[in-house]
Amino acid sequence: MYTTKTSLFWKFVVYAVLIAGAAIFIVPFIYMLLTTFVDNAYTLPRPSEVFSVTPNLDNYETVWNRNNFFRYFLNSLLIAGVSMIGSLFLGALTAYAFARFHFPFKEFLFRMFLFTMMIPVVLAIVPQFTVISNLGLVNTYAGLWLLYIGGGVVGSTFFLRGFFETIPKELEDSIRIDGGGDWRIFWNIYLPLSKPALGTMAIFSFSGTWDEYFVALTIIKDEALRTLPIALMMFQGQHASNWAWIFAASIIALLPVVLIYIIFQKHFVKSGLSEGSMKG
Amino acid sequence: MASVKPALNNAPKYNQQPNPKPEGKKSAITKGIKQWGEVFPFIMIGLIGAVVFVIYPLIKGVIMSFQDYSIIPGAESPFVGLENYKEAFRDEQFKYAVRNTLLNTVVTVPINWFLGLVFAVLINMHFIKYKITFRTLYYLPIITSWIVVAFLFRYLFADGENGLINFLLHTKLGIIDEPISWLQNQWTAMFVIWTFHIWKTVGWTVVIYLAALQGIPKELYEAASIDGANGLRLFRNVTIPLLGPVTIFVLINLVIGAFNIFPQVYFITNGGPIGQTEVLQSMIYKEAFNNFNFGYSSALGVMMGLTIFFITWTQQKKIGNQRYF
Repeated sequence: MYTTKTSLFWKFVVYAVLIAGAAIFIVPFIYMLLTTFVDNAYTLPRPSEVFSVTPNLDNYETVWNRNNFFRYFLNSLLIAGVSMIGSLFLGALTAYAFARFHFPFKEFLFRMFLFTMMIPVVLAIVPQFTVISNLGLVNTYAGLWLLYIGGGVVGSTFFLRGFFETIPKELEDSIRIDGGGDWRIFWNIYLPLSKPALGTMAIFSFSGTWDEYFVALTIIKDEALRTLPIALMMFQGQHASNWAWIFAASIIALLPVVLIYIIFQKHFVKSGLSEGSMKG
Repeated sequence: MASVKPALNNAPKYNQQPNPKPEGKKSAITKGIKQWGEVFPFIMIGLIGAVVFVIYPLIKGVIMSFQDYSIIPGAESPFVGLENYKEAFRDEQFKYAVRNTLLNTVVTVPINWFLGLVFAVLINMHFIKYKITFRTLYYLPIITSWIVVAFLFRYLFADGENGLINFLLHTKLGIIDEPISWLQNQWTAMFVIWTFHIWKTVGWTVVIYLAALQGIPKELYEAASIDGANGLRLFRNVTIPLLGPVTIFVLINLVIGAFNIFPQVYFITNGGPIGQTEVLQSMIYKEAFNNFNFGYSSALGVMMGLTIFFITWTQQKKIGNQRYF
């Protein structure tokens, strides 16, 4: 707010509230992290035990080597990575079509897209499965990629169209003068200028597919092809009371998303998120 | 501010397609075909993806809701009219699911909105340092996986003395007489689910409001303070009105989010005890994939979709017409 003087007392109160708020979000994570250092946690560890641990990586080693966790980690990385790149490319391409071209039924199509976004995904999951099954892609990553990328195109188009429309058309002139066409404008103007929006989408897309559980559960049957969220649920089922292992596995699963978030965070913050969200 | 200047403002500009010259229908059609030819390479894949994996499945889902659907290839799926819909109103489970979905919306949306606004306003105060750190911390639960946070909440709200929440409330503070079996009782389980939902999602509200606040031009405040407005009046007369459109947007998204509550329940209680914490989406999922009642499951999905649509429809239109600055 644009007040110039605020008394020390009120500053203190505001900081206290903000720090208390931050504590509520952070303390559970810290408690989780501390739990991963508890040895032989075959029963629910006492809080006093948890608060007096010495950091060590024993549980992480056990989890990483046991139950193919390494394998599931790579599986998820492959699935989320390809889905992210595919979604970005397809979303950008389709959004470019909507943002820059005039054609009959454009707004009608876009409204259809919008409409589908308001319908709960669960309704579509059975027919989606039958489509994949008819294509013979059950139990393959191709099937999952098609669903993630194809199913996600509506959202990413909606998100990116708004951003693309803020790019001034005059910028195209230099490319036109050089004799470049629509593709060059797409590559040399729209993509580079949309980095913040694309970065934000990259986060959403990656973390969305990395965490996705329900679709992966219906498509993937083979144990060796499982993704991390499914493996986590199975692991929790087998070691229900060994919280140290469960959280060691959980933290391994969280790392990539947190890393991506930190890497893209700067773009994300500047304009991307709010920009996209106002539209999405 | 770039961030709240909505695309929707720009949209009309792009809608104004050059009027077809009055040469007759034929040239308009030729022109349309030519335009499609130009846009086709860009739109084709996206359109196929949306049609095959989104639009067709949704239509198919609606059709299935009128069928006694069988997923076995070649098996018959006879049409049963409204039977699946009637079934819902005889189903005790459905009543719980509707009640709990509505309750979740009524309870969490106001709290989520209020906390989000307050935290955003406080973080945005001029003397606060480390704004980015605060925002990052508040946003952390959003980027954390649902499954992991569900494990975490089950762990924190574990039964007996050793669950952290019981430990704090009972052993440390003595607020409760004995440790609560949080997930074994309907209302305490609901409390855990609501807390989970708010904790996991409030960071989104904070970030959106923060972006909106930071986008309010400083000049507006300067002008108002030259006119003699002080802190509180500035907030009431400048900040609040300018946040109006964002507030509508936030509320719609919070309502949709609360209505779509699913992993919150599925991973925490899985509907238990005895189905009393079931919500619509978890019921839809289980009817399809545990009980293989695809038709019934689809009917529930259609009803839920229509409800969300009508709740947000009037507001969606309003947003489209909003001007921000």
